Amino acid sequence: MAEYETHAYDVVVIGAGGAGLRAAIEASAAGVSVGLVCKSLLGKAHTVMAEGGIAAALANVDDRDNWKVHFADTMRGGQYVNNWRMAELHAKEAPERVRELEAWGAVFDRTQDGRILQRNFGGHRYPRLAHVGDRTGLELIRTLQDRGVHQGMDVHMECTVVGLLKDDGRVAGVFGFDRERGRFKLLRAGAVVLATGGIGRAYRITSNSWEYTGDGHALAYRAGAELIDMEFVQFHPTGMIWPPSVEGILVTEGVRGEGGVLLNNAGRRFMFDDIPEAYKSQTADNEEEGWRYTQGDKSARRPPELLTRDHVARCIVRELKEGRGSPHGGVFLDISWIRKRLPDAEEHIKRKLPSMYHQFKQLADIDITQAPMEVGPTTHYVMGGVRVDAETQMSSLPGLFAAGECAAGINGANRLGGNSLSDLLVFGKRAGEFAARFAKENRAPIADSVQIERAARQALEPFDRSGGNGEGPYQVQHDLQRMMQELVGIVRREDEMQRALTELEELDRRARSARITGNREYNPGWHTALDLPNLLVVSEAVTRSALIRKESRGAHFREDFPEKDPAWGKQSVVLRQAEEGAMEVALQPLSELPPELKQVIEEMK
Amino acid sequence: MQATFRIFRGDAAGGALRDYTTEVAEGMVVLDAVHRIQATQANDLACRWNCKAGRCGSCSAEINGMPRLMCMTRLSELPLDKPVLVEPMRAFPLLRDLVTDVSWNYVVKKRIKPFKPRAAAADGSWRMAQADVDRVQEFRKCIECFLCQDVCHVLRDHKLHDRFVGPRFLVHVAALEMHPLDVEDRLPELREAQGIGLCNITKCCTKVCPEGITITDNAIIPLKERVVDRFYDPLRRVLRVLRG
Repeated sequence: MAEYETHAYDVVVIGAGGAGLRAAIEASAAGVSVGLVCKSLLGKAHTVMAEGGIAAALANVDDRDNWKVHFADTMRGGQYVNNWRMAELHAKEAPERVRELEAWGAVFDRTQDGRILQRNFGGHRYPRLAHVGDRTGLELIRTLQDRGVHQGMDVHMECTVVGLLKDDGRVAGVFGFDRERGRFKLLRAGAVVLATGGIGRAYRITSNSWEYTGDGHALAYRAGAELIDMEFVQFHPTGMIWPPSVEGILVTEGVRGEGGVLLNNAGRRFMFDDIPEAYKSQTADNEEEGWRYTQGDKSARRPPELLTRDHVARCIVRELKEGRGSPHGGVFLDISWIRKRLPDAEEHIKRKLPSMYHQFKQLADIDITQAPMEVGPTTHYVMGGVRVDAETQMSSLPGLFAAGECAAGINGANRLGGNSLSDLLVFGKRAGEFAARFAKENRAPIADSVQIERAARQALEPFDRSGGNGEGPYQVQHDLQRMMQELVGIVRREDEMQRALTELEELDRRARSARITGNREYNPGWHTALDLPNLLVVSEAVTRSALIRKESRGAHFREDFPEKDPAWGKQSVVLRQAEEGAMEVALQPLSELPPELKQVIEEMK
Repeated sequence: MQATFRIFRGDAAGGALRDYTTEVAEGMVVLDAVHRIQATQANDLACRWNCKAGRCGSCSAEINGMPRLMCMTRLSELPLDKPVLVEPMRAFPLLRDLVTDVSWNYVVKKRIKPFKPRAAAADGSWRMAQADVDRVQEFRKCIECFLCQDVCHVLRDHKLHDRFVGPRFLVHVAALEMHPLDVEDRLPELREAQGIGLCNITKCCTKVCPEGITITDNAIIPLKERVVDRFYDPLRRVLRVLRG
């Protein structure tokens, strides 16, 4: 019999980034008891890394903006395979969610007349991102954290969830352990909200922290819920590339929003060389117009550096392949050139991009007010995730909800910068609200001891391994990351992905025998051994989905099928665990856009 | 090139410094070296980290005796001809290796009265000038790494955790008190439970802040002045006596 401490809540939220905190706040406000579980200390979640801002059509800077424009931008950016209802709710509700943050103490940068300032970002027609310099994520998480702790929720910090418990086809709680001491915890729950973020740690080069091991995706999948859109993994075009130890760390799109330009080794602004048809009418065709746009000229169109992330990343890959890269294998991102245009450019850059200035100065010995940065694509975000109902965020498993990056739908084939923070708020709130309602309206479930014992056994199993060839979990993790980077990265091919599936089987075998040392107290080796099965599930999910989608769309680019196929624009790839444990891949038609939304999209073309 | 790292291994019951020699390369930070050691020589070496870019404030430690973020300390700025000393923070109870129990900070923060805004305009929003939020934004840069708490002698040496909230939370109170919309009064607690009088402005906190927040000059001293104005102004004291 395993020993564990027991807690009982109406709602348990897993993950304390933006979505988890917002869900927990909403559920508490609905008057139910809430337990919030997070792998790190409170306030350290990956949301803290978000830089550019929160997309919301407040129309403070450009009064032509409204939800319809935001909706159309989001659908265009997602190449029209988004869940249209989520995109609609998101565009309509984001402004209210931002104003609410201000009421809770957030301090955004201001316009001349004292309102929330908004900045330009890729794929957004008007300046739309409410921001605080380039540390918007910190502002968001701190505001929610400070609001949340005064609402009476229990926070279980540094706690890993190893399994979801069920009762007669619905969710009944979670089982996990505290990382500090390694002691088991049973959290009974009427409803569970997954807000665990992404999967970036399945790749070698990523902007994501160690937490991003696809836990929510894997927990949901194993509990019988469906995953969708997993082939869509966003590679952010601008990650740091030098020195090697900082490879992958994000360089905010805000640099380009403030006038930064991308250059190849010949000094050419290569983004002008390939502007997609769908964006031609709204993209500047000369440098002068692009500059005027970044400086707020409403008659100007945006520079091609602010095209969507999938496109910019591919253009960079093209420059690299054709031998026009920078000395360390990236391209140049230059904001220092604005010295030619602005009298106080150095101060302006430091004020608008303080973290970037700091990051390059301290980690790369580069002063970005004087010299260009070297950047290259980095694994940043997964559009795919748990399939949820647009209104309630409930998954296909009753009582299990998901919000934020681990849920899918709003972003389609590619996410616009800034839409993640607004997604967290809009759908975090909805998930919290409907999870609370679900818990109130249904009887308290019971998780039987058989499941609990099984979860405890699985968690401790790594300690029992005799260790075949004696390798530890870190080696397996590194090899998995290298393999995914190489075989299921930005540019994909049938034969490489078939090879990836074979290698995943071998990695799975190695993961099962990886040996660990030490005891249960704050043991990162043990924690890594338990992350591996989750990473393997999401890696297989990405690979299988990417194999079946024989076209290129948004973030998913197939060298062997480089064109977009209209038939694929009408369906999504859905994954579920078959009875015997194998991953089952199915296609599901997208629901038809209602005429009024179709019209909105037409009007905005 | 190789370098040696002298890392504390152990828990509350006891421990010792252990030497690990590992390969180092251009641009590496201390956290990279710790990770490399963890992956190759000591799988169970405990350390906290998240973003590896100085944003989350998780990897606080004492490097060659100085409280610093491991992810922002370049090896190139350390003398590598002798072992690099890496130890856990000392102002908090040790859990294991480089990880300390910082939960006290969360308890303290929860006791501070939350933000309370004045009524909004009819459209539900507020107007604030950038100039009026600049100083609050400085305080809100705080990443809660707790290095200022670690270096503060009131906590580190005198262990007055039950009488003094520490620089981090004085900055937090300053951010609330100087927020243009806030109408709450936190001065009585500042003087009593939060113990602002115990700070004797040695500015060690300002020195170690990885975000460059001028903790002492911009946050603590103005708060001290407010407390003095309210409770120790002789003229006000006379008025208070006269008014009963």
